[in-house]
Amino acid sequence: MNKSMSDFGPDLGEVFGPSHADGGPELVQLLTPEGERIEHPEFSFDAGEGVDEGELIRGFYRDMVLTRRIDTEATALQRHGELGIWAQLLGQEAAQIGSGRALAKQDFVFPTYREHGVAYCRDIDPLRLLGLFRGVDQGGWDPNDGNFGLYTIVIGAQTLHAVGYAMGMQRDGIVGTGDPDRDGAVVAYFGDGASSQGDVNEAFIFAASYNAPVVFFCQNNQWAISEPIERQSRIPLYQRALGFGFPGVRVDGNDVLACYAVTQAALKRAHEGSGPTLVEAYTYRMGAHTTTDDPTRYRLSSDVEHWKLKDPIARVKVYLTRNGLVDQDFFDSLDDEAEKLGEHLREGCKALPEPNPLSVFDNVYVEQTPELAAQKAGFQAYLESFEMAGGH
Amino acid sequence: MAPSSRITLAKGLNAGLRAAMEKDPKVVIMGEDVGKLGGVFRITDGLQKDFGEDRVIDSPLAESGILGTAVGLAMRGYRPVCEIQFDGFVYPAYDQIVSQVAKIHFRSQGKIKMPIVIRIPFGGGIGAVEHHSESPEAQFAHTPGLKVVACSNPVDGYHMIQQAIACDDPVVFLEPKRQYHADKAELDESATPEPLFTSRVVREGSDLTLLAYGPMVKTALASAEAAAGEGKSIEVIDLRTLSPLDMEPVLASVRKTGRAVVTHEAHVNLGMGSEVAARITEECFYHLEAPVLRVGGFDTPYPPSRIEEEWLPDLDRVLDAVDRSLAY
Repeated sequence: MNKSMSDFGPDLGEVFGPSHADGGPELVQLLTPEGERIEHPEFSFDAGEGVDEGELIRGFYRDMVLTRRIDTEATALQRHGELGIWAQLLGQEAAQIGSGRALAKQDFVFPTYREHGVAYCRDIDPLRLLGLFRGVDQGGWDPNDGNFGLYTIVIGAQTLHAVGYAMGMQRDGIVGTGDPDRDGAVVAYFGDGASSQGDVNEAFIFAASYNAPVVFFCQNNQWAISEPIERQSRIPLYQRALGFGFPGVRVDGNDVLACYAVTQAALKRAHEGSGPTLVEAYTYRMGAHTTTDDPTRYRLSSDVEHWKLKDPIARVKVYLTRNGLVDQDFFDSLDDEAEKLGEHLREGCKALPEPNPLSVFDNVYVEQTPELAAQKAGFQAYLESFEMAGGH
Repeated sequence: MAPSSRITLAKGLNAGLRAAMEKDPKVVIMGEDVGKLGGVFRITDGLQKDFGEDRVIDSPLAESGILGTAVGLAMRGYRPVCEIQFDGFVYPAYDQIVSQVAKIHFRSQGKIKMPIVIRIPFGGGIGAVEHHSESPEAQFAHTPGLKVVACSNPVDGYHMIQQAIACDDPVVFLEPKRQYHADKAELDESATPEPLFTSRVVREGSDLTLLAYGPMVKTALASAEAAAGEGKSIEVIDLRTLSPLDMEPVLASVRKTGRAVVTHEAHVNLGMGSEVAARITEECFYHLEAPVLRVGGFDTPYPPSRIEEEWLPDLDRVLDAVDRSLAY
């Protein structure tokens, strides 16, 4: 029974483990962990016409620093008892900012519950993200403002929603028109754990079958709570796309330039009507799964140390500094901005309005049923009976 | 179709779907074999030919995929009508239905609507193999956020499917498959239907109230007719809507008769009959002459078809319960 993994073929540790923590030879990388720009035969970082490249990269750096601050503040708020739980993104800033900044305005995003950096790119006030984790709501933003869906907690369920939404875009005639301001696509975010779910595999099949304009953006952060990627897949995840009939790419998920370039290329295919792409952003969950998790029980600290050397923010800082693209004022003002953001979250979190118990009845249906209206009235009368009795 | 004609349930549903698609370009049909084939029961017959492949979508064989993509289409402003080929095949989609379709309006605090219709041919009596004869309605009626209705005849099929499609909430729409190609009824398309979420007295009586929906309405009416021969006057109500329940006509009837029997093909334990019985007891306690009785399938998996007629509640088992109630 107890066959070792190697009995089934090549040692997966060689594909996935620390020895290949660079992601293997197929990895698309444009900025090394040491902050060096490198070329890739297929993908290149293109700031776009009339856009200053340095300005764009400075913007990425700012986005990543602020995203990390959101994560740090929220983690602290959980430790102080202000949030029930928080899903940390530490280490995944480049994957989220690179892909998030590649989106066109009309594109639509279906996130997991960890896409705080993408939410930030879609101009969702990070304070709105806290409501779910504080327990005051289950998604405090309007998905149609910023084209950013609600956090989905059932792993992978949103990938099918993304394909359906993309099928709607096809029917609305906004795919492959040739007008870059009009052509739409959808990005479905999910993780390595979700890749085992039936829904994700069905989403691949539907997207391929209908040639839907979807980018499947998988952040392979190596860990599904305590289960390593080896438990989810016998092959590099991006290679699965081939079996479904569309291209897959593995990108360095800690390289914001590569994530931007690869997502942009995948979106271009989708916009043009060439169908889905799977992007595997090869990254690492530096933090815990959530604030309730204890990763010291299942992984080596040496792994974490190894990945610290690939920090997505540090390499951009090195690049910007070494190339004279920033001065001290830039860092100082960014520090100030991060401080203000932290304060906004700390103050705002405590000020989030408590839901009224009676509100639970209100949005179960568009048209409330008489049964529910009666339950609400009964509960209201019950609550009021305590007030009349002098309060409990 | 002529303004007035005699049609089967299958034709009624087909005409209803056609009318809904003509009325609203956002209505799309999705499911397995719904296109060229017209569905295994031919409910969508001819619709793909007339409305095109973009609106009558043959899906891969994946029920979760059908419902999951319907969620995305609904978010984009479409009104998907999903066909689940058989009752027992709805379970792969159960997570999407219960965790997503039913909850997204609530989760989004009313910002996203889910006007999705989930059509499910349900019930047995067709001599089918396993998974083709089940009655899963209570599982959906137990799920807040869904509405659940069951049609019992061609005229209701025609009107109710259009009303369900026009509804902004998700509706699980149950169709008694054994009735699809059976009894015909006169359809007047110009008639104004009753509201969707209402039950209806289909036979008046004074001694006992017999409650049914879907395939059991026909059995209930036959039981009442047989009982009339023995001098017993039975009132039959077609519940039509299972979530919400429309209890007012039921309560008014029980206050008059003092006795009630609820029947369905689904298992009795925690079935719709349990909820109906509880509500009658809560609201009509002092009017009751007998406990509310339930007649349904036994608490077993659906049996092999050679013994399904014994397993399913039929006229005799309904009348047996009627007699037990009247004997109190």
